[in-house]
Amino acid sequence: MRVVIENISKTFEDGTGEHIEALRDINLSNEENEFLVVVGPSGCGKSTLLNIVAGLLPATSGKVVFEGIPDESRPHTAVVFQEFALFPWRTVERNVVYGPEERGLPRKERQEIARYYIDLVGLTGFEKKYPHQLSGGMKQRVSIARALANDPWLLLMDEPFSALDAQTRTIMQGELSQIYEKTQKSVLYITHNIQEAVFLGDRVAVLSRRPGRVERIIPIDLPRPREEHIMLEPKFLSYVDQIWQHIRGQAMEALTEEKP
Amino acid sequence: MAAHSRPGHGGPDRGEAVSRDRRPLTETVVQDKTAFMVRREHRLISFLFILGLFGVWELIARLGLVSPLFLPAPSAILVTGYKMILSGEVFHHIGASLWRIFWGFSCAVIIGTFVGVLLGFFSVAESIGNPIIASTYPIPKIAILPLLILWLGIGEYSKITVIGLGVFFPMVINVYTGVRNADPVLIKAAISLGSNPQRIILKVILPSALPMIFAGLKLGIGIALLLVVAAEMIAADAGIGFLILTSADLMQTTKLMFGISLLSMLGLIFSWLIDRLEKLCIPWKK
Repeated sequence: MRVVIENISKTFEDGTGEHIEALRDINLSNEENEFLVVVGPSGCGKSTLLNIVAGLLPATSGKVVFEGIPDESRPHTAVVFQEFALFPWRTVERNVVYGPEERGLPRKERQEIARYYIDLVGLTGFEKKYPHQLSGGMKQRVSIARALANDPWLLLMDEPFSALDAQTRTIMQGELSQIYEKTQKSVLYITHNIQEAVFLGDRVAVLSRRPGRVERIIPIDLPRPREEHIMLEPKFLSYVDQIWQHIRGQAMEALTEEKP
Repeated sequence: MAAHSRPGHGGPDRGEAVSRDRRPLTETVVQDKTAFMVRREHRLISFLFILGLFGVWELIARLGLVSPLFLPAPSAILVTGYKMILSGEVFHHIGASLWRIFWGFSCAVIIGTFVGVLLGFFSVAESIGNPIIASTYPIPKIAILPLLILWLGIGEYSKITVIGLGVFFPMVINVYTGVRNADPVLIKAAISLGSNPQRIILKVILPSALPMIFAGLKLGIGIALLLVVAAEMIAADAGIGFLILTSADLMQTTKLMFGISLLSMLGLIFSWLIDRLEKLCIPWKK
């Protein structure tokens, strides 16, 4: 299984009828079991790209192709959103089984799936809690479990830890890394955080600012399993620095430019 | 700031002038300036006040300051009520009113919710429905009652319909707003987890709109109470509105006032019931 993003471009029309080019000619591929991170300054259209891959937004031109999918019994993608997007009227367990429910799996199988993924994200004992009773980090774990429970070919993550505080974020990065190593999912991960990109990614695609173009693709040659302490290693830091040098100038531009 | 500095405490950043200040040492403890904003519950006060109000009322009536024809004593109203309960007369009237409210209210809630979802979800329905609702909503429903009597006769149907119309509008408008305000990211999440549009209405939009649906129910039940009384005053042979009007015609002021207090009690019971139902249906609400 391989996901190919071919010549994707996206142009929005803003309220005044002006055209804003968000993405230009994006070419990327997500190999099987690969953790691909897209990193870029604010306004580079990285979330737009994820929404296009998820089928939640039409591209202006180009296409996204899933190659080598044997049958259509499993969904192509599942998304973990920055805003968690948990259904507030469903308990943890009922959130997690939402996808299997929509796929019409029998109750018993759904329960097993829920138990497995709730355990995987370390939320056993919280099955009957409602989202408003959970902390931000726990909410995002539910959201990850919910996406994985639908067993997608490609897991899409849209800045999943941006709404969390720095400490929780560090912990969640470590946990996600473990979950990835355990499940061997293909992941497309969007972030503006360079450390996070290097820590999680097999490859990091750096997007430029508006219009978003793939500036560089940097393979991250760090051993797995990765743990927090690798963030202190010189090799890790040199990757971070390398990417920062690419983004820095554009991030400065983003800072001073007016909102479109 | 310099005036509050303590002599002898002048650090290097305070400068020479302050450390030479020889005025006596003063202390001002910081007070909680928000104390007046703390809201306490004064149950005893509200109970005593109401009790006092009834006491004064009773006194005025007992001393004969006002004729009982205009202001009967609270105790006299209670006695009348007790007699009407014993004779079963009250239940006859309450039953008639409740029956009309039940049918008018429940039909309007079901149809209103359905139409509200249609308007909120489908743009064609929205462009047809919104102008109709905007132009019919401001009409006081009681003004339509004569027309409804002409169409449906003087019996129950015209009364039920006028109640239904009154409840329908707040329901439609609230459900519509609730549907439109459903969090788009939840809809996206449902799509990404494989829901089709019908399932999204059932599993995302409706639960999202539940708090607004309940807001509609609360508005609606008040309107239903208002309209049932109005309709019964125009043409009926039973019901609380009928009871109030005939008592007034016969100068039975105690009966009239008991009828009014029945309405107050019904209103309280309805809103209590809806609150309970809301807690049951929306357990995720904080």
